[in-house]
Amino acid sequence: MLLIMGFREGEGMPQPPSSGAPSAEEFMKYQQELRQAGVHVDAGLLQSFEDATQVQVNDAGERLVTNGPFAESREYLGGYQIIDVPDLDAARDWAARCPGAKYGRVEVRPLAEF
Amino acid sequence: MGPAGIPVEPVEAVFREEHGRLLALLAARFGDLDLAEEVAAEALLAAVETWPRSGTPREPLAWLATTARRKALDRIRRDATLATKLAVLHADADPARRAEPVTEHEHIPDDRLQLLFACCHPALDLDAQTGLTLRYLAGLSTAEIAQAFLVPPATMAQRLTRGKRKIQQSRIPFRVPGPDELAGRLSLVLHVVYLIFTEGYAATGHQDLLRCDLVDEAIRLTRILHRLMPGEARVTGLLALLLLTDARRPARVDSRGMAVSLEDQDRSLWDTSMIEEGARLTTQALSQHPPSSWSVQAAIAAVHDEAPSALQTDWRQVRLLYDELFALTPTPVVALNRAIAISWHEGPQAGLARLEALADQPSLTRQHHWHAARGHALARLSRHAAAAEAYRRASELAQTPAEIAYLSARAARYAAPG
Repeated sequence: MLLIMGFREGEGMPQPPSSGAPSAEEFMKYQQELRQAGVHVDAGLLQSFEDATQVQVNDAGERLVTNGPFAESREYLGGYQIIDVPDLDAARDWAARCPGAKYGRVEVRPLAEF
Repeated sequence: MGPAGIPVEPVEAVFREEHGRLLALLAARFGDLDLAEEVAAEALLAAVETWPRSGTPREPLAWLATTARRKALDRIRRDATLATKLAVLHADADPARRAEPVTEHEHIPDDRLQLLFACCHPALDLDAQTGLTLRYLAGLSTAEIAQAFLVPPATMAQRLTRGKRKIQQSRIPFRVPGPDELAGRLSLVLHVVYLIFTEGYAATGHQDLLRCDLVDEAIRLTRILHRLMPGEARVTGLLALLLLTDARRPARVDSRGMAVSLEDQDRSLWDTSMIEEGARLTTQALSQHPPSSWSVQAAIAAVHDEAPSALQTDWRQVRLLYDELFALTPTPVVALNRAIAISWHEGPQAGLARLEALADQPSLTRQHHWHAARGHALARLSRHAAAAEAYRRASELAQTPAEIAYLSARAARYAAPG
């Protein structure tokens, strides 16, 4: 399962006591819990959407490179976790424990099998 | 619907009755609703071919389950992709259970609760939850469900397909939630069942019999739940409430298709055996813990059902129960019903004051009940012109022909000069 951490612009996020984002310690602790439970597969934090670049290839094989994230997105993706769990309920529990869920929201998406 | 000349009624009767159990069993076993549906259909086909010749087996469900399971195992053996997929899905399942020998006389477990909790999972939207529950637990066809909810069959088919795909792809488990989550998840299940009931009940009097079938299906589903969770107060309470409400069905609409209000109903038409069962279950529900709003609603319905007439109803008791219900679920609808009880208990003046206090609740003023209750209180105070106006407004907001007819007639009656 893929857990996508993000938040929506203007969404009334509960204001954390000190800063606007979960602390590094919180994430470290969460990562450790995932590893200890044996469900961790991969994880990553994303740089700001302002650093995003889009790449498309048209029919003629030409590359089209544009600045910015997908669409005029008002939802900002901050990072992801890939975890190996048996079902949605287990994934949901891990999503709820993710520090990102307290500051924004976490989307749970199953990975397609090839 | 079988080949000409072969009587298939017994097979279909068994299948309709056992469809939910069979699917639940197969879904829990293989973790794949598609596969469960397909092999269940194949098993039915085999039954249609075999039973007329060999006779209906002593344990039809066991026969169908065994046949369906063999067909599923055949498929898995033939289809390596499917086998891998199921192996992934069932990485955590007990391998011994999968390998156990299949016999026709084994005890058949009832896995319907697991399937019901999967169909009513919060990750599915409410439309999908009701549709999937009727399709898989009640065994209604897609066309029947579409007709019951007044949507085109293609829309319902798409809704079911999406819901099923979500169960599959996002791996919604076929499992009864653990104790920490059970209360919340059970509320969702009961909400779905109640929605199915009210959808059918509101349509009583429609020419469309299928919609009334929803009432029977909701009661049947609640009976199943009650059998599987006998100690659960909310389930007992809901079953009691549904029985006590449906007991009045024969008197709710007159021969001309007009709705009859509770006070005017011919109470000799009420179903006494349903009332007895409902009252017994209410007592049981009220003694179970934790207290549930379903049990209190059932108690209110029981007071009405056991009263010889509206006037002889124990309105004090009804009012106290509404106080209790409002404490448990302080919603505008409960406040409205409490105001109506007060108007019977303390008089129309007191009731009207309570109703007027709710005039700022758009969820109430958008629906006909609040206007009809006002009309009723005003009429009792002999304020006929105001009553006529309130009833007219109610008739404009009512949805079913029976209600519109009733409310329009009221409006006309009080609008009449003199």
